[in-house]
Amino acid sequence: MSAKRAERLVNLVFALLGTRQFVTAERIRSTVPGYEQADGTERADEAFKRMFERDKTDLRELGVPLETGRTSMFDTDDGYRIARSAYELPEITLTGDEAAAVGLALRLWQSAQLGGAAQGALVKLRAAGVDVDGAGALPLQPRLDGGEPAFDACYTAARDRRLLTFTYTRPDEDTGVRRRVHPWGVVSWHGRWYLVGHDLDRDGTRVFRLSRVTGTARAAGPSDAFTPPDDLDLAAVVARQVGRPEHVAVLLVRPGTAVGLRRRAADLGPAPDGDDRLELRTTELWALADEIAAHGPDVLVESPPELRSAVVERLTRLAASA
Amino acid sequence: MSAPTTDRMTRLLALLPYLEARPGGVLLADAARDFAITEAQLQKDLELLWVCGLPGHGPGDLVDLSFEGDRVRVTDTAGLVRPLRLATDEAVALVVALRALLELPGLAETDAVSRALVKVSAAAGEPVDLAGAVTVSIDAREQTLAVVRQALQAHRALHLHYYVPSRDQRTERTVDPMRLLLVDGHWYLEAWCRLAVGTRLFRLDRVDDVAVLDEPSAPPEQAQPRDLDDGLYQPGADQPLVRLRLDRSARWVADYFPVEEVVAVDDPPGGLAVSVRTADPAWARRLVASLGGAARVDDPPELADEIAADARAALLRYSD
Repeated sequence: MSAKRAERLVNLVFALLGTRQFVTAERIRSTVPGYEQADGTERADEAFKRMFERDKTDLRELGVPLETGRTSMFDTDDGYRIARSAYELPEITLTGDEAAAVGLALRLWQSAQLGGAAQGALVKLRAAGVDVDGAGALPLQPRLDGGEPAFDACYTAARDRRLLTFTYTRPDEDTGVRRRVHPWGVVSWHGRWYLVGHDLDRDGTRVFRLSRVTGTARAAGPSDAFTPPDDLDLAAVVARQVGRPEHVAVLLVRPGTAVGLRRRAADLGPAPDGDDRLELRTTELWALADEIAAHGPDVLVESPPELRSAVVERLTRLAASA
Repeated sequence: MSAPTTDRMTRLLALLPYLEARPGGVLLADAARDFAITEAQLQKDLELLWVCGLPGHGPGDLVDLSFEGDRVRVTDTAGLVRPLRLATDEAVALVVALRALLELPGLAETDAVSRALVKVSAAAGEPVDLAGAVTVSIDAREQTLAVVRQALQAHRALHLHYYVPSRDQRTERTVDPMRLLLVDGHWYLEAWCRLAVGTRLFRLDRVDDVAVLDEPSAPPEQAQPRDLDDGLYQPGADQPLVRLRLDRSARWVADYFPVEEVVAVDDPPGGLAVSVRTADPAWARRLVASLGGAARVDDPPELADEIAADARAALLRYSD
């Protein structure tokens, strides 16, 4: 941004914050430095109008509450002002440990969208006199939202409540399918990011893994195009769709082997042939079958039968693969 | 507005309130650090503000700053005394992250986080309602996290009982902690491992036991934090290659692990031929076996033979 434009915008904020009256565009033109002055030509008037429109948009984008109105019924044109109470961050004082928590929280974001916003919040809190230690004593690099190219687009569309379209590709599909969704929100659940929303074509609530959103996700149409359900709990929706019922498995494990399985298992005591009997609970039966098959002859499934046959099936394929 | 423009305007509007809140003046170096900019940029910002003010720009209308050596103080703010309210994204970033911290009791004092959340929500106003657009739910072993945090803050060495999944082994080692990482929902400790004589990442949910030692943490000079932009696992170029052929259903392996030479193949239909570098043959063996036949080993052939022999031995036990 040019220094001139920055200077003009700052002066505009001073001028509109320093008045209780609505100030007309013409008055702003003649008193705030940096605007194309009237010289009787239409060209100069047009240039001013364009510049002023852009400045209003910029201020609103920054979150400056710009009001439009007339001070008295005799005014012929609309004017502008900024109400101090709507502009100013309310008083906030944080104790040392609260400020430390805020400093830590603001370092959790990494995406362009929320990482940049976190920096903005930090600047404002410091300007409010809060000493937030951003660097922190703790060497920490959290990435709540790292590495998901679709994050910003999905978050922004959910925030603005706009229709979102994207291509969704499951790993076992060659080409993706176009989806049209009213995005309710993005949620990180068990380390993975999901988009939750209403799928327009399937007319139902759907959960999408962000990593399977391929191509560019695009928001379309107006803001506030829909209202998410009142009692929406994003994590619960994902848990319902992604989570599965819990299974209890009993395994026979050769002594001294399968350390990783033992870490999660309860020991049921030795079996007659000297193996250890272990009980393990899982919501991911097929993932457990994969893991057990990888242990070869060291781990045998006693129950349930569907896990037993899943492991035998895997072993049969593995035995035939060389 | 572009992101750098937004950043600069946010800063310009915040600088005077920042100085106003610190009437004794601020060292230029400290202010630059607080705004995450260079001192040269700070100078430019202050010079710009110095010529701004209320319309008329008469005496008393203009911003006035005073410089005493390397300190700066504001003597007239021209009415800009408080920072602008939090924008929607700023409030969301703050509130959602604080809520996430509440789920990570080992990392910050829960009580302090709750109090901060109440105060910040009150100051943020309405945008907090929109924070529902993002939710973060994290699994955390609070005890391990709390102990590791304590060691990092006190600069002490740690003794770990650590499970190594690629070798399916429990290990014991003393490490010099360097930093904590949260990647894809998992916490990692990056530390100099005295046993391996190298920098290692330890996933906290694989730590079975941890104790803070009396001796100081002393990572040697060659202990460098790794750049995570290339992924968590960065195999050395000198490590042997394992060539695999993946079924359609196992193609995710190519996204999940750092693979080289990815080629689409017709056998199996829709499959991929990939090469993975690893110094640990046991890891490759476990990976392929856990894919349950959805991956075949093209090279080395003895790896394929071992996996098949293991599976046959296991099947014998089931037919007993």
